Amino acid sequence: MADASTKSVLTAPIFKNNPIALQVLGICSALAVTTSMSVSLVMTLAVIFVTAFSNLFVSLIRNHIPSSIRIIVQMTIIASLVIVVDQVLKAYAYEMSKQLSVFVGLIITNCIVMGRAEGFAMQNGPKMSFIDGIGNGIGYGFILMTVGFFRELFGSGSVFGFTVFETVQNGGWYVPNGLLLLPPSAFFIIGLIIWVLRSMNPEQIEENEFKMKHNTEPKEAV
Amino acid sequence: MAQSNNSIQKVLTVAFALCIVCSVIVSTAAVALRPLQQLNQELDRKTNILNVANLYERGMDVEAAFREITPRVVNMETGEYSDQHDPETFDGFEARRDPAASRTLSGERDPAGLSRVENYATVYLVGDPDAPEQIILPIRGQGLWGLMRGFLSVEGDGNTIVGITYFEHSETPGLGAEVNNPRWQAQWEGKQVFDEEGDLVPAIRVAKGSGSGKHEVDGLSGATLTANGVNNMLQFWLSPEGFGEYLAKFRSGVDQDDAQGADVEPEVEGA
Repeated sequence: MADASTKSVLTAPIFKNNPIALQVLGICSALAVTTSMSVSLVMTLAVIFVTAFSNLFVSLIRNHIPSSIRIIVQMTIIASLVIVVDQVLKAYAYEMSKQLSVFVGLIITNCIVMGRAEGFAMQNGPKMSFIDGIGNGIGYGFILMTVGFFRELFGSGSVFGFTVFETVQNGGWYVPNGLLLLPPSAFFIIGLIIWVLRSMNPEQIEENEFKMKHNTEPKEAV
Repeated sequence: MAQSNNSIQKVLTVAFALCIVCSVIVSTAAVALRPLQQLNQELDRKTNILNVANLYERGMDVEAAFREITPRVVNMETGEYSDQHDPETFDGFEARRDPAASRTLSGERDPAGLSRVENYATVYLVGDPDAPEQIILPIRGQGLWGLMRGFLSVEGDGNTIVGITYFEHSETPGLGAEVNNPRWQAQWEGKQVFDEEGDLVPAIRVAKGSGSGKHEVDGLSGATLTANGVNNMLQFWLSPEGFGEYLAKFRSGVDQDDAQGADVEPEVEGA
């Protein structure tokens, strides 16, 4: 990891090593906050901020963290950052914070943040860790925005709140797909994204953990 | 260094220092941003009130528009205004938990599923408080998934609806959450709460399918349970248990008659 270039640390998490699509982390919030693109965007920015700075701070004090309490130390740093984000949103983007409600607070439990702090920041310098945090935040956000785009377009007929398809409720022609406004639809879309990403990068396809044996050949009775 | 890191002393030092630093950061953020947050909440509440009164436009000066609106605290049992509470600070929703200022409801008397309800509530009067153009009432009740909180605005006759809006609900997006669709809300305008018989039972309701007449609005397709919730809360809040007694005063026209020779009266208001 030490020789990894800045660029690869920043961009690898977007397609090659996407936290949601490949590591399958942080799915829960991806289901909850992707009904509209503007909410997804704010959530993305919040997560980028938290992963970047938690990585930075953890990395700064990594040589002083006793290994016996390292998880709780990381947690404390992450939780503090999340509270700050929550407070800032409530003060400057009140409408958004109402829509995101509890999910900003739940960034604390987002496995991506914790995973990067434990997996990267504990071994790498502050600058690299910070960039890694931004990269993973963007990787998370990329999936969020893609899912949000499809859910908002086909669920409410709009993109970023601007009407694209006039829905029937508003006197248009488009009958919105109600399923897309409910969390399970995000599962399908994330599944499809994973399919696309792995078709483009076949090396992402894991080997089967268990292989089926061929049927035993029937032997002639002696 | 790696070894000394795990000594008890080091563990305690790191934990303690971290706690101090983090708590300072968190409390600084919380305290420094509190005034802004409260301003936002206040602005949001006022926006909702203006919205239900059809007075809200995007980008308008909410504070200036809100000067036309007078909050008053109403005793729901008698329908009279109360001087016991300061309308600027009194919060009926908070008061519902106070045993001294609330009562329990059960069975038939609790169609909206509230179980506890406050005795006093803040209403908002648009225009002259003695002969208001609109009366804005807070309403709430159980929807399909949880509590729905909103406002209902009626004209000064205490009967004709101006609008309804929900500022807090957890109904299904695309189905029940269509209660906040402006097109659906627009239907409410001009509907009548009570029928001509003059009793205190509210006649307004959300129909199944398309509504007809002046007491019915169209149902929300796929959201019957949410519509039931809306009906139940209107039944409750507009009945004598809620604002029925208060609205009756406007309907009987007492206040209207007073208002004709009431040019001097606003001074009493200020006293």
